[in-house]
Amino acid sequence: MNFLNQIIQGVLLGGFYALLACGLSFMFGVMRIINLAHGSLAILAAFLLLDFCNYTNLSPFLGLLLVLPVMALVGWVLQFAVLDRSLRAGPLIPVLSTFGVAVVLDNSLFEAYGANSQSLGPNIGDLAFNSWNLTDTISIAQLDALVFATAVVVLGGLQFILARTAIGRTIRATANDPSVVDLIGVDSRAVYAVSAAMAMVMVGLAGAFLGMRDSFDPYAGGPQLLFAFETIVIGGLGSLWGTLIGGIVLGVAQNIGATISPHGFLIAGHLTFLAVLIARTFGGNFSLKRLLPKKAVAP
Amino acid sequence: MSLAGYKVERWTRQSVIFAGCIGVLLIVLAIGPFIFSADITDRLTTLFIYIILAAMWNALAGYAGLVSIGNQVFIGLGGYFLIKLSNAGISLYPALVLAALIVGVIALPVGELMLRLRGGEFAIGMWVLAELSHFLVNLDPVIQGETGTSLTAIDNYAPATARADTYWMGFALMVALLAIVFLLLRGRVGASIQAIRDDEIAAASVGVKVHGGKRIMFVLAAVGCAAAGGVWLATTVSFQPATFFGIQWTAYMLFMALVGGLGTFEGPVIGAIVFFLMESWFGATGVAYLIGLGLAALVFSLFLPKGIWGTVENRFGLRLLPVGFFLRGP
Repeated sequence: MNFLNQIIQGVLLGGFYALLACGLSFMFGVMRIINLAHGSLAILAAFLLLDFCNYTNLSPFLGLLLVLPVMALVGWVLQFAVLDRSLRAGPLIPVLSTFGVAVVLDNSLFEAYGANSQSLGPNIGDLAFNSWNLTDTISIAQLDALVFATAVVVLGGLQFILARTAIGRTIRATANDPSVVDLIGVDSRAVYAVSAAMAMVMVGLAGAFLGMRDSFDPYAGGPQLLFAFETIVIGGLGSLWGTLIGGIVLGVAQNIGATISPHGFLIAGHLTFLAVLIARTFGGNFSLKRLLPKKAVAP
Repeated sequence: MSLAGYKVERWTRQSVIFAGCIGVLLIVLAIGPFIFSADITDRLTTLFIYIILAAMWNALAGYAGLVSIGNQVFIGLGGYFLIKLSNAGISLYPALVLAALIVGVIALPVGELMLRLRGGEFAIGMWVLAELSHFLVNLDPVIQGETGTSLTAIDNYAPATARADTYWMGFALMVALLAIVFLLLRGRVGASIQAIRDDEIAAASVGVKVHGGKRIMFVLAAVGCAAAGGVWLATTVSFQPATFFGIQWTAYMLFMALVGGLGTFEGPVIGAIVFFLMESWFGATGVAYLIGLGLAALVFSLFLPKGIWGTVENRFGLRLLPVGFFLRGP
């Protein structure tokens, strides 16, 4: 029974990982950039919410109304200040520059907030510990269920926007070929900026839930980047729902690992990631890009 | 247009003179422990470690086009295997070299896997590897989790002897590794990996063996970083997994290679010296110093991707240690 419980908790954790990963996955899909500051930006959002709660004594859910637009702005600025220039400088530069952003962000957060672990848990009242008891050994925390539902809604919403709306079509076209989009009178840089802003809203949401369900500190961004990355590699970038499956596989693996040994949580997660990588390697030359829709053939 | 009067050269007058100066400098450094104070000797050993790390990271990123944010995996494993071998009774300095070679052997199959990844995927994949190795090393009872352990074998030497021997070890490894990089770059491998970096598909289409060149650089970087990790352990004595497998190493390596000049031979050496000086002057400011490092990496990657040396080299046409060929007009 305990084992079943671990799996259920792992699935719920997977919902969080999917939410965490969708910003990273979306940005890679549109701009072909793996944003190494992804985790640090989620932690930034969590600290901004903490500030909001401390100053106003209001719920962090209300704070999201303020913090998510701020994160969108951060995405916009990031695109014009860093990513745009990096993209034009070749494939290596985005890796270098976003790592630079991560180092600056982590250490600035440390300078501003100190080394202490923080949590938004105390600010959300009963939601932090209420749960539905299904049996004696299996219970589902309401917060975890909320996170999972949010992940499904965000992924579904993103799918809908990309498939059905005008901006979604523009984003898909830009992802396919920015120079052609420029030719027909769409500013690809503006499309990238909108995409970066959307990605940062997702990052902000993930950061908020990270802060509510767990504690965080200024250097917590790195591990979160790894979880998000592992999620999209395990799930594959083919569809947004792959992200959810990737998150669930990672979450379940980590929870099963935790039952084996106290260090098993992280080791099992990383090993699962490597196993998927090996499987893909022997199944042909693996690259995330291969999982994306085929590009139009360049002349 | 007539080609008369044009000459293809490798060694220019400048570079011959410069190589001579380097030779003299190396001889002075080789007798370092006899002429420098204990403090200077220690600090130079640290500088050698930085130069090795910067050169290895540059070999991977600047020449093979593989940006890794997980090279600390090799530093940590180099330290770990040195502890294991030294505990097994092998004397310190041979154990250090052996540990680096073991890491190189491990890097062969690991490279097969990681080199399938591209760009940012490779970068983060390496970090995952570093974290995984960190946790696995923590499981070793000798290491006692994050508590770590000490390189007790160093107590067999008198402090002055240990200081001088570690210095020579670091110096010899630095010279050997730089020489290997220099020779590799001038040979067939150098031409092929730079072709791969600039355009992998084009390189493959003219018959360059894409995988071979990258594999060599990957294993070289593994051996080099492991050696640096071993020397680092010999200077600090205590092996704490969180420090050896820490991501801060990547921030340092990236800073040194980027600031000095990615994809140039001399650049990482200059970057390591700049980093060394920055650390001596501002290291005490702690976090502010790390913010500065990150900002510098960001600014250089966006505005001066060729770094200090690449910019100087282009502007003044300087060729100090030539790894390429140059066309000289009549």
